[in-house]
Amino acid sequence: MSLNADYTDRIPNNVDLRGDRRLQRALEAWQPRFMQWWRDLGPDLIARDVYLRTAISADRDGWAHFGHLPLEEYRWGIFLADREPDRRIPFGEHMGTEAWQQVPGEYRADLQRLLVVQGDTEPASVEQQRLLGFTAPSLYDLRNLFQVNVEEGRHLWAMVYLLHAFFGREGREQAEELLMRHSGSVDAPRILGAFNEPTRDWLAFFMFTYFTDRDGKFQLGTLAESGFDPLSRTCRFMLREEAHHMMVGTTGIDRVVRRTADLMREHDTDDIKRYGGIPLDIVQRYLNFHYSVSLDLFGGERSTNVANYFTAGLKGRWQEERRGDDHRLTDATAVVDVVVGGRIEQTAIPALTALNQDLRSEYFTDCNHGVRRWNRILEEAGVDQKLSLPHHGFNRRVGAFAGSSVTPGGALVDADAWARQQAEWLPTADDFDYVHSLMKPVFEPGRMAAWIAPPATGINGQPVDYEYVHLT
Amino acid sequence: MALETAEKVATTDDAAPAVSFATDPTRYAHWHLSIDGVVATLTMDVDEHLGLRPGYAMKLNSYDLGVDIELHDAVQRLRFEHPEVACVIITSAKDRCFSAGANIGMLAQATHPWKVNFCKFTNETRLEIEDATANSGQTYIAAVNGAAAGGGYELALACDEILLIDDGSSAVSLPELPLLAVLPATGGLTRLGDKRHVRRDLADVFVTKSEGVKAPTALRWGLVDAAIARGQFDESVSARAASIAAQRSRPKAAPGVVLEPLAVSFGKDGIAYDHVSAVLDRSAGVVTLTIAGPADEAPNDAHEARSLGCKFWPLAVARELDDLILNLRTNELTLGTWVIRTAGDMRGVLDHDRFMLEHRETDWFVNEVELLVKRVLKRLDVTSRSLLASIEPGSCFGGLLLELALVCDEQFMLDGRMEDDERSAVIVVTESNLGVYPMGNALSRLESRFFGRASELDAVRVAVGDPLDAAAASELGLVTVIPDAIDWEDELRIALEQRTSFSPDALTAMEASLRFVGPETMESKIFGRLTAWQNWIFSRPNAIGPAGALRRYGSGQRAELSRERV
Repeated sequence: MSLNADYTDRIPNNVDLRGDRRLQRALEAWQPRFMQWWRDLGPDLIARDVYLRTAISADRDGWAHFGHLPLEEYRWGIFLADREPDRRIPFGEHMGTEAWQQVPGEYRADLQRLLVVQGDTEPASVEQQRLLGFTAPSLYDLRNLFQVNVEEGRHLWAMVYLLHAFFGREGREQAEELLMRHSGSVDAPRILGAFNEPTRDWLAFFMFTYFTDRDGKFQLGTLAESGFDPLSRTCRFMLREEAHHMMVGTTGIDRVVRRTADLMREHDTDDIKRYGGIPLDIVQRYLNFHYSVSLDLFGGERSTNVANYFTAGLKGRWQEERRGDDHRLTDATAVVDVVVGGRIEQTAIPALTALNQDLRSEYFTDCNHGVRRWNRILEEAGVDQKLSLPHHGFNRRVGAFAGSSVTPGGALVDADAWARQQAEWLPTADDFDYVHSLMKPVFEPGRMAAWIAPPATGINGQPVDYEYVHLT
Repeated sequence: MALETAEKVATTDDAAPAVSFATDPTRYAHWHLSIDGVVATLTMDVDEHLGLRPGYAMKLNSYDLGVDIELHDAVQRLRFEHPEVACVIITSAKDRCFSAGANIGMLAQATHPWKVNFCKFTNETRLEIEDATANSGQTYIAAVNGAAAGGGYELALACDEILLIDDGSSAVSLPELPLLAVLPATGGLTRLGDKRHVRRDLADVFVTKSEGVKAPTALRWGLVDAAIARGQFDESVSARAASIAAQRSRPKAAPGVVLEPLAVSFGKDGIAYDHVSAVLDRSAGVVTLTIAGPADEAPNDAHEARSLGCKFWPLAVARELDDLILNLRTNELTLGTWVIRTAGDMRGVLDHDRFMLEHRETDWFVNEVELLVKRVLKRLDVTSRSLLASIEPGSCFGGLLLELALVCDEQFMLDGRMEDDERSAVIVVTESNLGVYPMGNALSRLESRFFGRASELDAVRVAVGDPLDAAAASELGLVTVIPDAIDWEDELRIALEQRTSFSPDALTAMEASLRFVGPETMESKIFGRLTAWQNWIFSRPNAIGPAGALRRYGSGQRAELSRERV
């Protein structure tokens, strides 16, 4: 199997597509449908060309190269990380046996479901973000948006490849349906509720790429451990692209916070609305919202599905191979939260059924890095206030805290008290209106909208004022 | 066997049953019942925290016996209290989820008898839905507005039409076999072929495909009747319901008959209603049920019957007996033999019987009472208890009450008179016994009794209306044993002692086999074939052994299945 992408094919790939005529024909038939979807539901703002990174090979050094090209000419392709010789299934009841190169019949339905749910989120986020281009705060940001969009599109390709290559006719039908469901559609919405809301502004976009794409990173990380080797290799490659999306979110919020801190210090006031900045309390409310809904994406504290996936060897834990236990967990227990009689308590359950919680706590640690980073920016600017992650029970619709009213500080209160204070904790209509009023496009190279600081560096060693996007 | 009447049952307040079947819409925890003109909507909205037993959460509209008790109550009430309703929509209040079926945590922790009883009751309730559609002019349709898995899809199967949302994700499925190593046994396997005429090979694919099929395929295979885009779903369901209602002939303006709560008292050794009582002899393992004849004259016309409402004797008796059967079946597992007695004035019974026959085709209320009596008798037919009829002087086994004797596995009738008693035991066959109250095999109990013996059945027909003493009844084959006063007590005692000494499992299997002769119907297959197979699976290690699929469900560990075919 060649590590370098074959760009002489219509579909760039490192899976020797030419050697599999049936698969090649199937994917070539899917390609025009994908392009039609991209034209219909991809970015609405049409640019002449965009400075994009394109994957050309899957090895560590040269997996991407940069250049201006029209979005439609982006070479969406199929890339898997290198195959590890003699890879063994690293967990579950098949631990230690050779990783599967084909789908085991017993697990077909489960694997297909995992792929479809993961695959459904990729185009969904493109659809959610389709209008953002019109209000980009700089050409640099516009380019990042497009980069994220094309790579989410490529992630769809990655899932579609697996469906086509390993799941027969039904896999092809599922691949079709990934293009039939649309974010926010009345008739055929995306599978997960969180992916049916439009991304309303750029602050939400940064929050989404920081918090929600980070859920994606962790989900991909668990699938990268899969005993189904093609899925593992696919996800390992996707994780590299996902890292860029995280970067867009992290540095995006960095820059908002920096700008806010600068305005606060410069004018010696928290009320920086009159200077065109985003007040810190609005940033905190956005953070509260996006963090809490992203926590829901991990599922309930107890999950039989995730336990089954683990035992079957389909979906591992984050960094499974670094864990010091037996990787089977048949006798282990784990402690999860429960709400009993108006109090938050903890209870021990079989560790297998608590794996959502396990992943969520990894995610929490990762999210906290960002918060510390933003607080350092505030501190360096001489601002006393701090940002923080709300309690994991705050504003939850899924799991142990669903139906309970938990404050960001972690106190269980009654529903009325919670509703009275909601406006302090979650973005209000006024917040949205205000942030919306700031969303004016800035398309002059090097210039930034007034609510966001410039980035520290440009893309791929280019200066910040590089013309990342040619609009006409 | 001494005569005991309802009044003799000692009762106390602290002996209430572990599971009660009494509820009403104001107390529902899991369903909303709303009525808009001729269309009613039953919306499933299971409260996951209010399971009947602790230890499981009923997520995704999964259900336990408590949820089904409310459904049973709603189906019953709609027929009596809302005669204007001609179409009932069953749907879900959950987002993108219709119902996930029976709660697996509940099944995994349940004892074998609990599972069997639960399935029996849910099966009976599904059949009640079909009975309402077929015979009460209340057509049920399922508005499947999200995923319907296992018992969720089986609930939809009990409806006359299934309208499935087509949103690119919602599927119908019967995943029991691949996921749980058991069967979709709330009629699912039977209804696929017998009711919906799904091709056998496609049904095989369907029940082995844990994720099920989405709207377009479901429609093509005949699993649903319509696939409706999400945006048009609610509107299409309403339109369909209105159109069905317009074709049905319910008495639109008739006021309903309210089913008041039953007056019942529970004692350590007995349960007493107004007309029905039970004496529990725990040391002997025997329950004696006594059904009292009417105290009042039969009504003069249907209007009078309706104004009596739930006090109308046949309705009151049927409701009380139904509740008693459910109570005993669920809460008194070791009382394996039921002796069925009647006490009262035969003339009053026959007057009511005649009244019912006269108005059954012209009055909706009388029709409903008859249908309820039919269902209660059917519930007895599938009850896993030995049933013995004790026909004594002062009893009133005539017409519809004679069915209670014919339900029984054996009939004991006193020949002659008891000392100091002028009366002798008689029974009376009426038109009611000739097809008004069919069994699950679609035959009357007399047709079943005399299956393949047409001349004997003809002889019984000739005797319609005649008071038959023990000799005559025995001659006609209507009773099994006719001891005289000297032997009566001993014969009955020995019969009961012998009966209770046999293996309860073998008795259940034997009685269920003998009760249903002749042709199969969908109903008899559900209670016979499907249930028997499921109950076999429910006792096998692959399902309930320590490493079986049901036991392991939710632990994340895979079941260890024996590969041996039996």
